Amino acid sequence: MSDLTRLTISQARAKLRAKEITATELTESYLSAIDRANPALNAYVAVTGDKARDMAKASDTRLAKGEGGALEGIPLGIKDLFGTEGVHTQACSHVLDGFKPRYESTVTSNLWADGAVMLGKLNMDEFAMGSSNETSYYGPVINPWRRSRLDTVVMPTTHQGDGGFVSAGGTKTQRSLDNAQLVPGGSSGGSATAVSAFLCAGATATDTGGSIRQPAAFTGTVGIKPTYGRCSRWGIVAFASSLDQAGPIARDVRDAAILLKSMASVDPKDTTSVDRPVPDYEAAIGKPIKGMKVGIPKEYRVDGMPEEIEALWQKGIAWLRNAGAEIVDISLPHTKYALPAYYIVAPAEASSNLARYDGVRYGLRVPGKDIVEMYEKTRAAGFGREVKRRIMIGTYVLSAGYYDAYYLQAQKVRNLIKRDFENVFAAGVDVILTPATPSAAFGIADEDMAADPVKMYLNDIFTVTVNMAGLPGIAVPAGLDPKGLPLGLQLIGRPFEEETLFQTAAVIEQAAGTFQPEKWW
Amino acid sequence: MSVDVKTVKRVAHLARIAVSEEDAERMTGELNAILGFVEQLNEVDVSGVEPMTSVTPMEMKKRGDVVTDGNKAADIVANAPATDENFFLVPKVVE
Repeated sequence: MSDLTRLTISQARAKLRAKEITATELTESYLSAIDRANPALNAYVAVTGDKARDMAKASDTRLAKGEGGALEGIPLGIKDLFGTEGVHTQACSHVLDGFKPRYESTVTSNLWADGAVMLGKLNMDEFAMGSSNETSYYGPVINPWRRSRLDTVVMPTTHQGDGGFVSAGGTKTQRSLDNAQLVPGGSSGGSATAVSAFLCAGATATDTGGSIRQPAAFTGTVGIKPTYGRCSRWGIVAFASSLDQAGPIARDVRDAAILLKSMASVDPKDTTSVDRPVPDYEAAIGKPIKGMKVGIPKEYRVDGMPEEIEALWQKGIAWLRNAGAEIVDISLPHTKYALPAYYIVAPAEASSNLARYDGVRYGLRVPGKDIVEMYEKTRAAGFGREVKRRIMIGTYVLSAGYYDAYYLQAQKVRNLIKRDFENVFAAGVDVILTPATPSAAFGIADEDMAADPVKMYLNDIFTVTVNMAGLPGIAVPAGLDPKGLPLGLQLIGRPFEEETLFQTAAVIEQAAGTFQPEKWW
Repeated sequence: MSVDVKTVKRVAHLARIAVSEEDAERMTGELNAILGFVEQLNEVDVSGVEPMTSVTPMEMKKRGDVVTDGNKAADIVANAPATDENFFLVPKVVE
């Protein structure tokens, strides 16, 4: 039997419906792949094998009767941020030790209702705060992609016959993998690695400043952050409530469209979820983009951007132009202020959301001589450095005397960022094309980034504007850099026009192809 | 604006995070790097601009004033580190 884990969701769906394979076979293939790979990649923090087998069996019963749902029998990985009933849900933090919720998040409920199978919970940066998956209490996730180098190999000289014919006698080049371990990006690093390394058919993820799109770009996968309000946030551990959105990471554009259709819904339990029908996103794939107006924002051409990122962007422009789109230069003048405004708004909201981890209602408790000491010791032991840093910034900018100077100013700037986008959309631009990240994946324990938190924050420079304005954004793989690492392009759309993103991303995917890492694990 | 070690300790107490002398000193440097980075927001002219209050323009949904949930005391305390008969146990707070 060929390796079932190589099937995309759409391929597996067809084979399951045609009864060529069973959900149980598919699930077993993934469980054994996880078993073999997880010690090296650390993508899963909990594998729910028994639950997966039970769910697959139930799927097989439904499939046999021809009653399968949209995701019937499709094995998925779930980011540890999603509340899953009776199953490890710790946002990869020590402070939530042992937490097993008595409820199920709305997004995962939607997936199970459509027949999906849960393989386990995926590693992530602690409380989704990080861009490298190195802040996880469970240790870093390893990117299945490695740099490769071109080695020059001297060919042996061969003589043929007595005519003294000498062949080659020159050199040839061959690619070999470098051993250095790279980060998968973050915060949804476990999701991106699991999808890229064939350890699940697709994964849930969340994006507050780029946490779906940056890891997708670093692993050659497709990730979409839908419009704020498209997916319910109920049951997802909160980081920054006005920025958080759930979305899928998948192996291709079609799979991302299939997953988002099931994840999205209006939900009375999240008043910011939007009451509008969920379109059939898959139907947008393959529609021509002739006449579509694609905006190229000049502010995304940042100082020190590597040559290969600029080259990738130009390639993307050419592909869309060749497909009949009209390319227009646009300006989003407040772009450079998005990241600093984000580092006020997000920590402020986080400091408020994370106040609930007090050692009383769930998770870790470190005893103290009185209740205040108990709180302080619990939180000191339970939160990692990055989380503490953000809680401290948030507490400071919201403290008496500083609120106007920081928080209010940032929320005003945020409106200006949103207005920039509204102006270009009002001028007829349908979609905006930018690079997804300012670089390819970097090394584990990068010294520059460890020394300066702001350096790490700059990873989100192209993605964070989208969260600030509440817009949908998709990262789609578009090529490999000279070292053989994947790079992604980002498309930004009008609110609730995810279909345009899938339609346009599919054109890029068709031109660029899809990318799989060479297996070393 | 920048913070000193004393301010960092005060903020840590507000955030209920115990910090050692060494932590406070390290955090002072880190927080000042971040505060230095966000400083550039001051150069933006925001006169006449309202602060954002809602990401998507929408009317706030209101739900009916009816009981839709309840009788879940056991579920609510299920994950607590210390409980007694559906109460959360904490160190003594009143002398």
